[in-house]
Amino acid sequence: MKLEMKDSPGQLVAALRPISDVGGNIIAVIHQREPGSHDGLLNVQIVLDLPERRLDELVGLLQKEGVHIQRIGRERLLYRRTVIMIGHLMHTDLSDTIDRIDSTGFAEVSELAMSMPAISERSSSRLTIKSVTKEDMERAIEILRSVSQEKDLLLIEPLEEMA
Amino acid sequence: MKIAVIGLGSVGRGVLETLAGKNIGLSVTGIADSKSGYIDPSGIDIKKVLMQKKKTGRCGDAGVTAMDVVREADYDILVEVSPTNATDGEPALSYMKTAIKRKKHVVTSNKGPIALAYKELKALAKKKGVALRHEATVAGAVPVFHTVEQGLAGNDIRAVFGVLNGTCNYILTRMAEEGLTYEQALLEAREMGYAEADPTYDVKGIDAAIKLVILANTIWGNGVTLDDVDRTGIDRLTPEAIRLAEEGDCTIRLIAEADKSSGLLRVSPRIIRKNHPLVVEGSLNAISIETDLAKEITLIGKGAGSIETASAIIGDLLFIAERYGRRP
Repeated sequence: MKLEMKDSPGQLVAALRPISDVGGNIIAVIHQREPGSHDGLLNVQIVLDLPERRLDELVGLLQKEGVHIQRIGRERLLYRRTVIMIGHLMHTDLSDTIDRIDSTGFAEVSELAMSMPAISERSSSRLTIKSVTKEDMERAIEILRSVSQEKDLLLIEPLEEMA
Repeated sequence: MKIAVIGLGSVGRGVLETLAGKNIGLSVTGIADSKSGYIDPSGIDIKKVLMQKKKTGRCGDAGVTAMDVVREADYDILVEVSPTNATDGEPALSYMKTAIKRKKHVVTSNKGPIALAYKELKALAKKKGVALRHEATVAGAVPVFHTVEQGLAGNDIRAVFGVLNGTCNYILTRMAEEGLTYEQALLEAREMGYAEADPTYDVKGIDAAIKLVILANTIWGNGVTLDDVDRTGIDRLTPEAIRLAEEGDCTIRLIAEADKSSGLLRVSPRIIRKNHPLVVEGSLNAISIETDLAKEITLIGKGAGSIETASAIIGDLLFIAERYGRRP
């Protein structure tokens, strides 16, 4: 992850402590002071190994320390939820439906499976959505609920959180 | 103790057959169906009445109405098992109120009045010092209210999840097992006698929502109504959707959900793990209760059927007999 913090004594240690607090393992810390930078901020890249589902907690702890997270790498979206949508998915612009989630910036559709028995019949699709936090996931699902209502689609939500 | 039975449909007959076949210390002093009534303070010969009902379609005298039996018969407990009316609960609601005002206990399987007027009926019963029990209104034979009120006494019930409609569960099971379309599975459910000619009440989730309202009112006393339930039925489901769920080791079931803290009341088809305790087969019902002490408890059983529903009624009757009466 790429972090941005105040360039003052103790800040880096304060940013690293939460990682071990959530059971993470620091693999590398890269920080470079750019010559031209006078904004009093320090950019740090940390490569780490985190136990599953602890990222939210870490994000919260880092934010409490006043550390700004610029980017979280490959595994940045950790909450997954799979929903099923039934209806005239193509006629109601499936790519728009997906884009409503992707354009939020806090959630994205990561998988899509479709079944279309016949042109005039309703099709069924399974969408997997990923987000960084649970709250973001709730917001994404809320968007899907309103899109479903608007496009007369049947949205089937999972009963429980699935990893 | 003495009981009067109003309603001789499947449930009423189940109750009477059970009483005739088992010596459980209850005598019947009044019986009524929609067309006739019969009162005998010295105890009715149940087998004779059942036979007469079978032959003539009437259990008693056409000059005696159900309300006459409720008002005049000499009984301790009214067993109200007449057909349900989800709109205004009548005439059963009036029978229950009249009996309670006479300081008679009431046991019922009738969902309409309990969903519409539970708070009022409960308050009236409390004032008159009698019991109102309705185990049979939700999930047939499954003793959910005994579990919640007695077995889990002292627990804070946080949420309830249930598969409360056997017709929907049968349809969804068959769609999953055989890849049937919704229409094919509904047709099959009708042939098996699980679905009514007009399936709206079941497949639109109304029946499950009414049961959810009864659960929430009984457990939390929150006075919610059918309008408070966010409801989606199963009639727009496709076999393809179920197959897509199955690819992830899941299936789709109609789940009724009530949450205490958020106040959420919802009936909707949901994606659910195949090995989740609520995933039951065929027309079975299942209820999961989440509490602070016991954590999670799941009950599974027959949600309908004459004798199965009678089991819940008999359980209520004997509960009242033990708590209030002297067993003869």
